[in-house]
Amino acid sequence: MLDKALKGSKRYWTLVVILLSFITAGFFAYLHQFENGLGVTGMSRDVSWGFYISQFTFLVGVAASAVMLVIPYYLHNYKAFSKIVILGEFLAVAAVSMCMLFIFVDMGQPMRILNVMLHPTLNSILFWDAMVLNGYLVLNLVIGWTTLHAEKKETAPPKWLKPLIYLSIPWAVSIHTVTAFLYAGLPGRHFWLTAIMAARFLASAFAAGPALLLVLALLLRKYTKFDPGKEPIQTIGKIVTYAMIANVFFILLEVFTAFYSNMPGHMHAFEYLFAGIDGKAKLVPLMWTSIILGVASLIMLIPPKFRANENILRIACIFVFFSLWIDKGFGLVIGGFVPNPFGTVTEYWPTLPESIITLGVWAVGFLVLTVLYKIVVSVREDLGTAKSEY
Amino acid sequence: MSVDRRKFLKIAGLASLGLALNPSDFILMSPAEASSGKSLPSSGERLGMTIDVRKFKNDADYQRIIDACHSIHNVPTLIPEKNDIKNEVKWIWTDTYGHTFPEQINEYHPQDIKSKKFPLLCNHCDHPPCVRVCPTKATFKSKNGIVSQDPHRCIGCRFCMAACPYGSRSFNWVDPRPYIAKRDPSFPTRTMGVVEKCTFCVERLAKGLQPACVEVSKGAMVFGNLADAHSKLRRVLSTHYTLRRKPAVGTMPSVFYVIGGQDYAG
Repeated sequence: MLDKALKGSKRYWTLVVILLSFITAGFFAYLHQFENGLGVTGMSRDVSWGFYISQFTFLVGVAASAVMLVIPYYLHNYKAFSKIVILGEFLAVAAVSMCMLFIFVDMGQPMRILNVMLHPTLNSILFWDAMVLNGYLVLNLVIGWTTLHAEKKETAPPKWLKPLIYLSIPWAVSIHTVTAFLYAGLPGRHFWLTAIMAARFLASAFAAGPALLLVLALLLRKYTKFDPGKEPIQTIGKIVTYAMIANVFFILLEVFTAFYSNMPGHMHAFEYLFAGIDGKAKLVPLMWTSIILGVASLIMLIPPKFRANENILRIACIFVFFSLWIDKGFGLVIGGFVPNPFGTVTEYWPTLPESIITLGVWAVGFLVLTVLYKIVVSVREDLGTAKSEY
Repeated sequence: MSVDRRKFLKIAGLASLGLALNPSDFILMSPAEASSGKSLPSSGERLGMTIDVRKFKNDADYQRIIDACHSIHNVPTLIPEKNDIKNEVKWIWTDTYGHTFPEQINEYHPQDIKSKKFPLLCNHCDHPPCVRVCPTKATFKSKNGIVSQDPHRCIGCRFCMAACPYGSRSFNWVDPRPYIAKRDPSFPTRTMGVVEKCTFCVERLAKGLQPACVEVSKGAMVFGNLADAHSKLRRVLSTHYTLRRKPAVGTMPSVFYVIGGQDYAG
């Protein structure tokens, strides 16, 4: 089926070339980093993880969110998702690919990365994260590819696939739980040391991932013959709404515990992120942008009348995505390092090479996504089944 | 009772993880053990240190211990004036009382305590979070309690830096070699992209020497075996009021700061 990715419209190739140029720029920026060390980034002794690890954390959530389509379709026989479930699975493939690349570019000694497998260390959460992410990538690639292949041949998917699909459901939960455990088990970092971290991760993932998927599905409808149908879009809108409400609720729980208890360590990170400490407030505008986008998205999502309008729903989903991207792809990781173990504030901001590398990795993910979605659309265009009947 | 509980937690920990390769690094403490401050082992070897800040009289006293360490361990000098502070590597350094014990300061402390500088280094914890999180066992705890770092196995993921509650770990953000003031050929240099920290001078201990900082501290720092009730170290501990950094995180540091009490006469 890969041949489908080699024949495409001018628009398809333009997109591929644009993504390839970002990837090339990212590659050269990475060579610069490889040569000169991670000192070319904005990370420091005090803020020792930055953009790379926060993007990784955010994208694990996007990957896990495929389960929000798999559960209704495969466990509840919700037929309306039949055309769109594969978009979720392939989005997971692209997202996990980005996760792995972000981990790779963050390594001080990338050539030794296989040490994680050569010296398996069961008490390290990072070891488990590497395991579950690899497994999830394989699961989604196999499931997506096999179902699409069966669809192309107009046969039923093979029987052995069902157990893998069922396995992928708890597996999706595991990747984001384990990723939350990277943070939630560290004794000296108050901002991360919270039992609700994994739950909050899952809630934000189940909002941001389907929000992105909804926007992607509408883009496909605009530019290809693929049509996800009205009902699936509305259902995804509902999923995003509930998940976003849960996410905001969980954040408010954190705020209550920190400020009602009046424990300094628990309040500091929030103070830094939303007000700044000692005039150091680089992230404050971003964090408030996240809050405003989040609140605005809920105003658009909660009343059914607004949500039923696809234009409003689309804007709401874009808001959800960027609100959570700032919250998790920036604030969560950086906030954990501020203040540092001595109670002082060192600020972080990504440098130019770091930003180009980050863009490059995102471009790799979108290239994977473009190619996979192109194959899906082409197969269905050939079969004349690109339009959903829902 | 506490033994049963400990056993139970150990089994529960193992069961939830499948199998822990080195359970001693992973054992959880019973709440009683964590809060009692009772962590001195009764037998074997458990290396530790006391630092009597009252015996540091001037800046030179501090600089001497820092130089003694950094010069023999080829620690690069990435100086703040050159805006290199974000890439800084340090094994032993100083900070104020408030930064050393951020949860134990009050505004009415005597000014000399508040402005006093405290030497900081790796605490070589009983329950080191850095060892718990390292995905390659590049950081490991030896039987004598020293938390070591194998720079050849380190992949530079910096999980240990996120895990250390004491900010004791440095990462080589840049190639350190051009910044080494005078290279000591008897100790390896490190490469870019790995984490490093104080080793309690494991290479000097092997030769029967004291850690370099202790040796030049003029008696302000005492190094020895915490498990030996008759050691000089234990005598200092039993006759002085000492503090450990961040007791609430349950790591059980083996570096103790002498705050008050009688002068040790021996």
